[in-house]
Order: sequence, then C-alpha cells, then structure tokens
Amino acid sequence: METVWFCLVVVMITGYVVLDGFDLGAGIVHLFVARSDEEKRAVLASIGPVWDANEVWLVAGGGTLYFAFPTLYAASFSGFYLPLIIVLWLLIVRGISIEFRNHIASPVWTPVWDSGFAFASLLLAVFYGAALGNVVRGVPLDSSGYFFLPLWADFRATSAAGILDWYTILTGVAASLALTMHGTLWVALQCLDPVRERAALLARRVWWGVAAATVAITAASFAIQPHLTQRFGQAPWGFVFPAIAALGLMGVFFCKAPQTELLAFLSSCGYLLGMITSAAFGLYPLLLPASTGPALSLTIDNAAAGIYGLHIGLAWWIPGMFLVAAYTIFTYRRLSGKLPLE
Amino acid sequence: MSSALAIDRLQFAFTITFHYLFPQLTMGLALLILVLKTIALRTTDEQRRGHYNLAARFWIKIFAINFAIGVVTGIPMEFQFGTNWAQFSRIAGGVIGQPLALEGVYSFFLESTFVGLLIYGEKRLGPRGHWFASLALFAGAWLSGYFIIVTDAWMQHPVGYRIAPKGMIELTSIGDLLLNPWAIWQYLHNMIASVVTASFVVAALGAFYLLSGRHESYARTFIRVGVTTGSIAVMLLIFPAGDQQGRMVTENQPVTLAAMEGLFQTAQGASIALVGQPDTDRMQLDNPITVPYVLSFLTFRRWSAEVRGLDAFPKDAWPDSIPLLYYSYHIMVGLGTILVAVMALSAWLLARGRLYANRAALWLLLFMTPFPYIATTAGWMTAELGRQPWLIYGLMRTAAGISPHVSSGNGLFTLLGFMGLYMVLGILFLFLVWHEIEQGPETT
Repeated sequence: METVWFCLVVVMITGYVVLDGFDLGAGIVHLFVARSDEEKRAVLASIGPVWDANEVWLVAGGGTLYFAFPTLYAASFSGFYLPLIIVLWLLIVRGISIEFRNHIASPVWTPVWDSGFAFASLLLAVFYGAALGNVVRGVPLDSSGYFFLPLWADFRATSAAGILDWYTILTGVAASLALTMHGTLWVALQCLDPVRERAALLARRVWWGVAAATVAITAASFAIQPHLTQRFGQAPWGFVFPAIAALGLMGVFFCKAPQTELLAFLSSCGYLLGMITSAAFGLYPLLLPASTGPALSLTIDNAAAGIYGLHIGLAWWIPGMFLVAAYTIFTYRRLSGKLPLE
Repeated sequence: MSSALAIDRLQFAFTITFHYLFPQLTMGLALLILVLKTIALRTTDEQRRGHYNLAARFWIKIFAINFAIGVVTGIPMEFQFGTNWAQFSRIAGGVIGQPLALEGVYSFFLESTFVGLLIYGEKRLGPRGHWFASLALFAGAWLSGYFIIVTDAWMQHPVGYRIAPKGMIELTSIGDLLLNPWAIWQYLHNMIASVVTASFVVAALGAFYLLSGRHESYARTFIRVGVTTGSIAVMLLIFPAGDQQGRMVTENQPVTLAAMEGLFQTAQGASIALVGQPDTDRMQLDNPITVPYVLSFLTFRRWSAEVRGLDAFPKDAWPDSIPLLYYSYHIMVGLGTILVAVMALSAWLLARGRLYANRAALWLLLFMTPFPYIATTAGWMTAELGRQPWLIYGLMRTAAGISPHVSSGNGLFTLLGFMGLYMVLGILFLFLVWHEIEQGPETT
C-alpha cells in the first residue's frame, strides 16, 4: 500500500511538472518570442485558461503527500523552510501578474506585470530543479527525523552544504532549461507566425542546452547518490524510465517541421515524465535520503500514515482523479487549435 | 515577540486573516451570481434577460479579482502546516491531510476549470452552458469550504481517530471525520456569514450607484438581490446556525464559553455581559453592563441553569488570550446584531417600495460595507483563540506543534515578507476593484 501511494505521489508531481511546466516555460520566454502587445496577449491567452488548474496539481499533490506521508511532509517543508516560503511568494507574484495584467491597458501597467511574470516563472523553475536536486542528494536528517538547511553554506556538495551547492544549482539550471524548451514548444503549438516561428527557433537552440544539462545531471546524480547505482543495478528494468526521457528528447530533436508541433510538445512531456520517474525509481524506497547515514533516511515505510487512511484514501482518490482527467481533457479539447491575434 | 512560537502563531493568524477576506466574498458571491444567472435563464423577456446577464457579468469581474487573490494567498495556508507546524503535521497529518487532499482533488480542480469558463466563455458556451458554469463554480467553492471546515472542526473537536503506538494520530473513520457534528454547524454558520458579506457588498454598491446617480437600473437590481438574500441570511445566521454553534462550544469547550462571555464566577441564573473589560488578575469584569439570567437561558434553555465560570477550571486550561477572545466574540455578536437591524430595516423599506428613494437608508447600507468582514474575522478569531491552549482540542498543545528547527529569525523574516507582499496585494486589490466600479456594469 505504501508503494501504491509512492507511485501516486509521483503521478501528482509528474502531472504538475508536465502541465504547470509548460505555462512556467511560456512565462519564461514570452518576452522573447512575443514583441508587440497583441503577440504577448496571444501567448498569455494560450495559458490564461489553464494555468490555475495546472497549479492545482501542486496543491492537490501537496495534500496527497501530506496525508499519505505526513512525516515526510513535516520534515521536508520545515527543513526547506526559506526556499519554500520564497516559492510561495513567487507563486503569488506570478499569479497576480497574469491575472492583473489585462485589467488596465497602459504602457506603464502591462510591462510591470510582464516582467514580474517572466521573473517569477524563471526563478520558480530554478527552485523546483534545486528542490529535486536536494531530494536526490540527501539532507542532514537527525535522529528525531528533522533537519534544517540554510539557502547556502558550502557549495561543494559535502554534508555541510546548504540548499544550493554546485549539484543543486546544476539541477536548477537543467530544470529551467527543460521547462524553457517545454514552454516554447507549447507556444509554437498554440500560436501563429511570427510568434510560432520565433518559438520554434528558440526551442531548437535551447534543445542543445537541455541535452547537455541532461548528460551532466545524470552523471552527477550517479556520482553523488550511490543509492541510484545500487537501485538500477538491482532492478535493471528501471532503465525503461531513462529510456523514455531519452526517446522524448530525441523526439523533440526530430520533430522540427510545423506539422509535427504536437508530436514535439508530447515528446517534451515524455522527456519530463521520464526524468521525474527516473529520479523516483532510483530513490525508491527512499523518500528523502539522509546525508547523515542511511539509517536516518525517510522511507515509504517509516514515513507513511496509518493503513486505514491509506486504504480509504484510495477509495476517494481514484474516482476523484478520473473526474480531474475528464475536466482536463475537456479543457484541452476546447483549447486545441491556434489562437488568432486579437 | 521574539519566540518562534509567537512568530509562527502570528504568521498563521496574519496570513489566514488576510486570505479569508477574499473567499468570504467569493463563496457568497458565487451564490448571488448563480441567482442572477438563474433569473436571466428563466425569463422570457429579452430585455430583462440582457439586464440580468450584464449584472452577472459585472459581478463575475469583481469575483475574478477576489478569486485570484484568494487563490494565491490560499496556497501558503496549506504549505504553512508543513513549514511552521511540522510537529503538528507529523503527528496529525494522517488525519487532517485527508480533507486537505480531498479539497484539492474534488473542489479546486472543479473551481479552476469552471472559473475560466465563467469569465471568458459566455459567448461560446451559450446561456445554458454559462449558467451551468456558474452552478459548477458555486458547487466547487462551497465544497472547498466544507473540507476546510472539516479540518478546523477536527482540531476543535477531534473524532474518528486513534493514537498509534508511536504517538501518531491515525484516522479510524472517514465517515466520522466528514460528518463531525461540529463541522456541520460551523459550516452552516460560516457559509451563511459568507452570503451575508456578499449580500451587503452587492447591496452597498447598488446604494453607491444610486447615491451618485449612475447605473440606476442596475443599482436597483443589486439592492433588491442583495437585500433579499441578505435579510434571509442574517436570520439563519443567528438561528439556527449561530445558536447551534454556541451549543457545540457549551457542550465541548465549557472553559472557552466562560472566557468568551467574560464569566469569571460560576453562577446559577448567570447574566450575560453586553459590555465590560475583563481583568484576569482580579477575576472580574470592569464596567459591566449585564442582563440577568440570559446566559443561562441561551446556553441551557433554563433561566436558572448553572453556568461554570473560569473559576471552575485550572488556569492551565484557560485560553491564553482571554481579553482578545472576549472582545472578538463581543465584536462578532455586536456587529451581527447591527447587521440584522440594518437588513431588517432595508427589507421593510424595500417591501414598501421606499428603499430606492430613501437616501438615509442608502447611506446606511453603504456604510455597512466593512462590518460583515470585521464580524466574520472576529468570529474566526473567537473560534481559534477559543481553542487555545490546544492545537488539537484535548490532544495536543499549541506550543508542541511548531517546527523544531525553524528559528525565530527565519520566521520573522518570512512574516515581514508576507506583511509587505500582502500590503501591496491589498492596495492593488482596492485599485482594481475601484477601477471596475468606475467602469460600471453597462460598459462591460
């Protein structure tokens, strides 16, 4: 049952990264691919009706993590105190930027929100990447099951490191590149020329960065977290997850033609899915590795809630997520097709 | 103000108080928008339909601004359980995580999908589809309220749990959790209060437009809809919802009742204090104005019943901010009484067809705008201060729930950050709402 919930939490995180990922990415690049106000409106209109629902994956994922693995929720949220609160602030800036921008048409009003949106989107991508890096690297859990990390302390990724060290900065940069690519592919899919053309060109350039970053973080992760090597060694079928990521990345590379835009975007979804599930597979059954010794790590067994809660949770979670899938399909079918400039 | 506990409490209190200024309007307004859309859908008169659709469209815009701020300030609430109240989350997360996740899965996805359709989709959805979007949004918003109240009600009156060997609190019955009697009454009291807030806001804007001689036909609609729903809601708010909520406190938190009422000495035929300042050192109420026997009657339905005062409980069971609790409760009740009186007067004038021309009554409606917000905030302060010194009533003390390693320095940094950011949000909110009010319903 704990394993089931591990998988479901991974589903929620993957759903969040794939869905909110493209609107974060669109936010990062909208200043570059859209020049006039009409073009910017078109890019924002492509994410306007969905960004809120995409962000609900974060809230629902947080709730799922909370009741399935309360010990992990408590340890990680308090241990990553400052970056988490900063993420909340960025989410606030980002949310009001996109919602308030179009209330007043003024050359002084809109640029403020456009830059706020881009700035918050970029920093969020970096923070998310760094967060994942921290989980893979491990944190100094003590015997009471808690830790506290400052933002930075020692950048050499030793056990005295803070939240940002060379490895987590690398994962942060990789995440921001990956989401940039993801977002530009979405914009290329949803918008008309000249925005489409600029987005497609940018996606092709960023691809090289994503490819390089993927190789770098893969090598670094295996070097820094021995559990990954052990895990993939024990269960080689798990290589299917990195294979999905690699296939996705190749798909983005080969789908350059305008008629394959949808395939390119879906490949990018596959790439993100492959990366998240690879990390999750490599860590399993760990939830949060301890840099202070393997015995202190949080695992699916020592962090899970009571068995009744896990069982009953499944009974409402599954029909609930079917409903969510129905809303999501409904919304995206309505959105299919290019948006004309207003 | 240097301990981590004080900062954690203040940060939660500040962020939840600010956050709830917005949902309390949107939940009630969702009902009023549904009312406007239903009238528009059912009428056969073309002009009348256009009028109600435009009226709904205007309030949807106001709704959208409030909803956006409600969403962005709501996410920090869920996350703060983990960041600042880690020990509480670790022990009780298996229980309270359930309603929080239910809220995400069952109501936030519903709300976020249909809010976009309601704002942008009027043309594409057609009249029935757009009406359905307003219904779905109403359902999502009110369901969300229920799950949050279930969470709070469990902290006020824990049910359906057991203490596992390692001290963790485990869920044993989701039915008991979701049908907690405390939750049902608290939910009704809270949701009706939300309708009261929205009714006053809608009516007050109508009064504002009439007083300034603009958009008069819309102003009359706003006043009529606001005063009609508002006058029904204020009655239900007091009886049965408020009365039953009070009985839950009487039965389950008697020491809280004593502190709320400022009752220091146990008494038979206890009198109710309307005014007075509690002095906890000398165990008395200064400058009291009281009405004899009423407290006994309200709590036990007998004029001579014994009501236990604070003297009947050990000091370590007392709520830790008795004066603030006492004032919160009295402000809620006092303002609530004024709101009932104003709604009753307005409804009477409306029924006699004299409200629209009575400038004094319109001014009164306009001046009432802040008071439902203050009454609701004071009501929540009563509930949460009344639960002290417990985080989970009878199970876990507030002081035991905070994150063990988050220092007061880190806490103060984020508290100040929230204060600054929310001040900017508040200014932007007022500015944008003012902008929409200036544009008015007819230009949309």
